[in-house]
Amino acid sequence: MLWLLLLIPTAAGFAAMGLRNPAALRRTLLPAAAAAHTALTAMCWAVRPEPVLNGWLGLDELSLLVLSITSGLFLAAAIYATGYLRREPPRKTDFQDGGLFTDAPEARFVACLLLFLATMTLVTLSRHLGLLWVGVEATTLASAPLIYFHRHHRSLEATWKYLLICSVGIALALQGNFFLAVAAKGSREVHLTVEHLQAHAGQLDPVWLKAAFLFLLVGYGTKMGLAPMHTWLPDAHSEAPSVVSALLSGALLNCAFLGILRVHALMGAAGLGEFSGQLLTGFGLLSMAVAAVFIIEQADYKRLLAYSSVEHMGILALGAGVGGLAGMGAMLHMVNHSLAKGMLFLLAGNILAVYRTKTALQVRGLLQTLPVTGPLWVAGFLAIAGSPPFGLFVSELVILKGALQQGQTAVAIGYLLLLGVAFAAMARIVLRMAYGSPAGIAVDPERSRGAWAVVPPMALGAAVLALGLCLPEWLQSALTEAAAAAGVR
Amino acid sequence: MPAALDILSILLILANLCLLGSSRLATCIRAVALQAVILGAAALIANRGELDARVIVIAVASTLIKAGALPWLLRRAIRESGAVREVEPFIGFTASLLWGVGLLGACLLIGARLSPHAAQGSGLLLTVALFTTATGLMVIVSRRKAVTQVLGYLAMENGIYAFGMAFAIQEPLLVEMGVLLDVFVAVFVMGIAINNISREFDHIDTDRLTALKD
Repeated sequence: MLWLLLLIPTAAGFAAMGLRNPAALRRTLLPAAAAAHTALTAMCWAVRPEPVLNGWLGLDELSLLVLSITSGLFLAAAIYATGYLRREPPRKTDFQDGGLFTDAPEARFVACLLLFLATMTLVTLSRHLGLLWVGVEATTLASAPLIYFHRHHRSLEATWKYLLICSVGIALALQGNFFLAVAAKGSREVHLTVEHLQAHAGQLDPVWLKAAFLFLLVGYGTKMGLAPMHTWLPDAHSEAPSVVSALLSGALLNCAFLGILRVHALMGAAGLGEFSGQLLTGFGLLSMAVAAVFIIEQADYKRLLAYSSVEHMGILALGAGVGGLAGMGAMLHMVNHSLAKGMLFLLAGNILAVYRTKTALQVRGLLQTLPVTGPLWVAGFLAIAGSPPFGLFVSELVILKGALQQGQTAVAIGYLLLLGVAFAAMARIVLRMAYGSPAGIAVDPERSRGAWAVVPPMALGAAVLALGLCLPEWLQSALTEAAAAAGVR
Repeated sequence: MPAALDILSILLILANLCLLGSSRLATCIRAVALQAVILGAAALIANRGELDARVIVIAVASTLIKAGALPWLLRRAIRESGAVREVEPFIGFTASLLWGVGLLGACLLIGARLSPHAAQGSGLLLTVALFTTATGLMVIVSRRKAVTQVLGYLAMENGIYAFGMAFAIQEPLLVEMGVLLDVFVAVFVMGIAINNISREFDHIDTDRLTALKD
């Protein structure tokens, strides 16, 4: 079963690369492979598959959670992408500087999307930290061509920064892995599997272990978008096609977070949980602060969403760092953020297609021009900003409660304050887009892409709303177990 | 034969200084390829006691890829972009060399403290591994041309590989091969990106990629 999870997207990816024609077959392949992947993931909830490859590939509660988010979001994105690829004209005018540009070959785009899913699946399934590293680096390489889908100079610049910053960051994580291996040298054989390290955590050399955690935190933190290593993130998210931005933000960042959590759990088992927890909390608060600063006065609405991702990654790190109830809150928040941010990026794609601008000031009267996307956009904003009745309200509240329970009042105050700033700053920009009259902009209703473009974000929005209204018992216990597997008890 | 390992370590230092002090891109590529060859030889010598198939496969494969395939990719990239030398780096070549010597001193200090943990006879290799990683980082931040930054990334990877060797860390074959594959694909994708950059902008100066900012 685990092999199938990896093989389906890989095989479909290579098939899509080979299938130059007909396009219709390729466009069916993408959602079909995504649906098969999601179905398999759903089966994993019913029957937990046995580990394979000497226990290097396996599923625990945490990886199952991240895998489910990835798979579900990918399915929504795949359906959206099918409609997107149908309508995308081959040659387009760059609305920012008027130049002509083309898209990368569609076969390559679809293939990279599927390989991106395969590499993210590898990250979630890896029980060996070396293999996890290989997976995380592979996600960078599979997604870089996706960012350069629209072949113009800005997306190229974003791709280059993404490739270089993330590769260097992840190289530091490799050094961290080696530090970990040195820390484990005392116990003769080096097995960087999660189980083995957990079992022998007491025998690890604490100094080397701390160094390993620092390097891995900086390395995977770069990929996760924690400030101050987040600089690639707004560029890549704003220049990539919206469907790719949704996947980067909603799925990829979680995978990087998973890498950090694996080491955090190990630190906890070795009795150094306080050290790693404080670092995570610090990076979390810093990310929230940096994001809040850049959200104020942000002119580009896709960059706005990207900075909001930096903010929410900060919240996740903070929740995991504080621990206790906040750890469970962070797990719930991870689910909620992925759903809401995926929805918002897909909607941003719809807005971009009609208004042909990424400048928030030039978008007016969304509620009038786009009767479905407009209200969903407002709902998505309310969800991501953490207002009731959406799921993010619950998870942010749980994290706050957790911080207070742990006696970290200062952290809780800073957290609340930064949430408030981000809320106000986002509200000003997003609500302005929704209201007003759309005069002055040639609205082209032909560009709306029908059901393909609105059903996936609507489904994601419904899910985040449902999570806010009631949290089923089984999910609650799954989240608590995931938090326990992440070492945040 | 710890002496042989020491000689290889000193050669590695020279390759690093060459990378820091040279403005010609072709020379820099050669320096990084030389690093890979040295490391391949060092891997065989360091493990001469138990020279099993795993060690040989990894050493040969990484030498072939890092000293053969990747330099070829990068040479093609500089040919297509027409860039011959690094012009006006943020830190000049003489200054880079001085920095390099300073970094080497710092790495010697750190290495001396860490060497009791290292494998037998690998004390110098440990220092040089740290120095190689530091050199790579410095090249990435102080140079303008995209190709040179990729070379810095490769030097970093070489340094980390050497670090693993100095501690005799034996990662499983699957993981080693995965890492190698990732590095190969990374440079391959970066090479394509460089070709696109030179076509789109008529230069490969990364400091002039400034359209995206807040």
